[in-house]
Amino acid sequence: MTQGWLQIAFFCAVLVACVPLLGGYMARVFRNETVFLTRALGSVERGIYRLLRVDVTREQDWKAYGTSLITVSLLFWLALYVILRTQTIHPLNPEGFHSGTWDVSFNTVSSFLTNTNWQYYGGETTMSYFSQMAGLAVQNFVSAAVGIVVVVALIRGIVARREGNSGLGNFWQDLTRTVLYVLLPISVIGAVLLMSQGVIQSFSHSLPFSSLNGTSGSLAMGPVASQEVIKELGTNGGGFFNVNSAFPFENPTTLSNFVELFLILLIPASLTYTFGRMVGSRRQGWAIFGVMSALFVAGVVVVYLAEQHGTPAQHLAGVNTHHVAGSTGGNMEGKDQRFGIANSGLWAAVTTVTSCGAVNAAFESLTGIGGLVPFANLSASETIFGGVGTGLYSMLLFVILAVFIGGLMVGRTPEYLGKKIEAREIKLVSIGVLFTPIAALIATALATGTKYGGPSVYASGPQGFSESIYAYMSQANNNGSAFAGYTGYYQPNPGNLGAHGISFADLLGGLTMMGARYVPILVVLAVAGSLVRKKAAPAGLGTMRTDTPTFAVLLGGVVVLVGALTFFPALLLGPIVQGLTNQVF
Amino acid sequence: MRRDLTTSILAVVVFTVLLGVLYPFAVWGIGQVAFPGKADGSQIHMDGRLVGSSLIGQDFSRPVLDRSGKPKQDEDGNPIIEPDPQWFQGRPSATGYSPSATYFANHGPNQASTVAFYKDNLAGYLALERPYARGLTKAQVPVDAVTASASGVDPHISKANALIQAHRIAAVRRLPVGRVHQLIDDHTDGRFAGLLGEPGVNVVELNIALDKEAPVT
Repeated sequence: MTQGWLQIAFFCAVLVACVPLLGGYMARVFRNETVFLTRALGSVERGIYRLLRVDVTREQDWKAYGTSLITVSLLFWLALYVILRTQTIHPLNPEGFHSGTWDVSFNTVSSFLTNTNWQYYGGETTMSYFSQMAGLAVQNFVSAAVGIVVVVALIRGIVARREGNSGLGNFWQDLTRTVLYVLLPISVIGAVLLMSQGVIQSFSHSLPFSSLNGTSGSLAMGPVASQEVIKELGTNGGGFFNVNSAFPFENPTTLSNFVELFLILLIPASLTYTFGRMVGSRRQGWAIFGVMSALFVAGVVVVYLAEQHGTPAQHLAGVNTHHVAGSTGGNMEGKDQRFGIANSGLWAAVTTVTSCGAVNAAFESLTGIGGLVPFANLSASETIFGGVGTGLYSMLLFVILAVFIGGLMVGRTPEYLGKKIEAREIKLVSIGVLFTPIAALIATALATGTKYGGPSVYASGPQGFSESIYAYMSQANNNGSAFAGYTGYYQPNPGNLGAHGISFADLLGGLTMMGARYVPILVVLAVAGSLVRKKAAPAGLGTMRTDTPTFAVLLGGVVVLVGALTFFPALLLGPIVQGLTNQVF
Repeated sequence: MRRDLTTSILAVVVFTVLLGVLYPFAVWGIGQVAFPGKADGSQIHMDGRLVGSSLIGQDFSRPVLDRSGKPKQDEDGNPIIEPDPQWFQGRPSATGYSPSATYFANHGPNQASTVAFYKDNLAGYLALERPYARGLTKAQVPVDAVTASASGVDPHISKANALIQAHRIAAVRRLPVGRVHQLIDDHTDGRFAGLLGEPGVNVVELNIALDKEAPVT
């Protein structure tokens, strides 16, 4: 296992080294300063403003900012729905795929708009290249940018020092600058790196071949590299292929695997540094980074140890899961050889702390305790790094909550970075913190308590329950990873011919994703709008410091406590039962 | 509000053209210039025809024939297949190594059906290899040989798995075992920089090399 730990340590070291670099750069981008790319892209930026006919010097208050955000999301929703439902008349549809069914399209569109990328469809058998690149991949960029601009608006609300000021910045400017200066340049570099490893970027039809033993098959093609990179960078997670980053054309080598893992955590981790820079105290950023890292590393350790041990089914069948010469051993079910146990385990943790949801191994086949790690990470509601932007704003809601609780405990007026936390903020924060878990639990209850959820379930016994609750926890957290036995789609033939969706699962999932995306976004903007107006008080003797280890422990405690209290009873019925027993069902 | 609507419609168009058309075509252009083979799927051609991709594993089974030489079928009319002893065998796959319609095997950790799946795989592996690797026990079978991969087209097997199969290949193809070991080493993809990932033996490339050196007549 030493080799595995070394790989994990190396990954963490590279990440930590890059956090200040990208974090500092993003701080300059979001302060609307000139950056080194302005020389090359400044004219493009101004061109986009002209095309959109917006005056970006006009600041928006939280309501105007939110209105712009919701309106453009609505329009993108409609556009993507139309694209998916008109595949028959698309260009770049060499396989001649039919259009998606209405219910699966509803789910898919809601999924990509909300940065979830939950997938009931299989990419290579249902989506035209045009749908993938001009529909789904565009949302990978835009939904990521939307998440980021919301946290930027919140930070501006916190740092505003002028009383009565209500401007949070300009939505269109933030959106454009995020895409142009952050997402697009890193994507181009990443796509080139991935292609060098064998990730495909082709507009050819699928290629028929005759294999070595004479059977015929065909290699699915497509513009994969361009989509693959933003799928990780934007913590989207929706694979071009059904088996996602396990498929060699998405993730062919051990190096491509490292690059993809790195891209998933890059922006969520760096944003903590951006935060520190923008509030004028890097310690504040590192304190949040520290809490996130501690919770993340704990999950990695558990999942790696658990997966190295094998499953009850393997032990009962007499499979040797120990390390032997030339094989790492462990639970290799649903894992590819080139990744092995360490990189599959690390990926499972990375993809669920962030709201990415891309996978390079089958979650359904994780050990009981190994599978508990994705569950635990989802229970933390995207606070452990989380999605791009969404992670940091979710964590900042918890910070405000922790400040409030800490203030009550030691008898001080709760304030955060000079801004008083009052009843209005705490009410909003409570809604923001509780909405996602409540949505997840209600949806699970509807799916498991009524007969309508039945057709979606694949496995028997507690595994079947795990599939169900994971499906709705994942969609509510806008994560998108799955215990993939759970389905909302029957597809007898490739290309949507004769396919039909399971409307209940599609609609419930779609509504869960949208609610759990836009309610917290509006809450965060409202908090920002409330904080921006407040006069900043200088820190005094009575101020509770929020950049100390003590506060970090308090913050981590609040996150774990809220998550555990909400989900522990439900998780007992699924993964915990499986982890504690050697029985099969 | 109306102003937002106009801006939003324009934004949908502008960003779709930039991110959904210009960007993927630019990446394609770079790929065609810088990595033409790799961006097109690392294709393997033999005698002018496409036989697969070096990144995508293949099925190396053969149909089971009845006495009259016709392929046997199961109750559903599907051909019954068995591993073809002349090839190195890849890992179990739920999809029959399909690279155009992928899905996970979804074997749960505590499922009774999964136990049966492993028992079958173990028995099948031992039945194939024991005549050549005498004294081979269950405990010596590496875990990757009996568990389904994630992609369904895992191009690799573990070194331990390949070394067991080497006995069979050497016998069937009349090669010294040492030479087969040499070929296995030649087609093992190591860790990146000796650090990242796990080493794996590329089964398709190995089988191609074998067939060139010692074709079965």
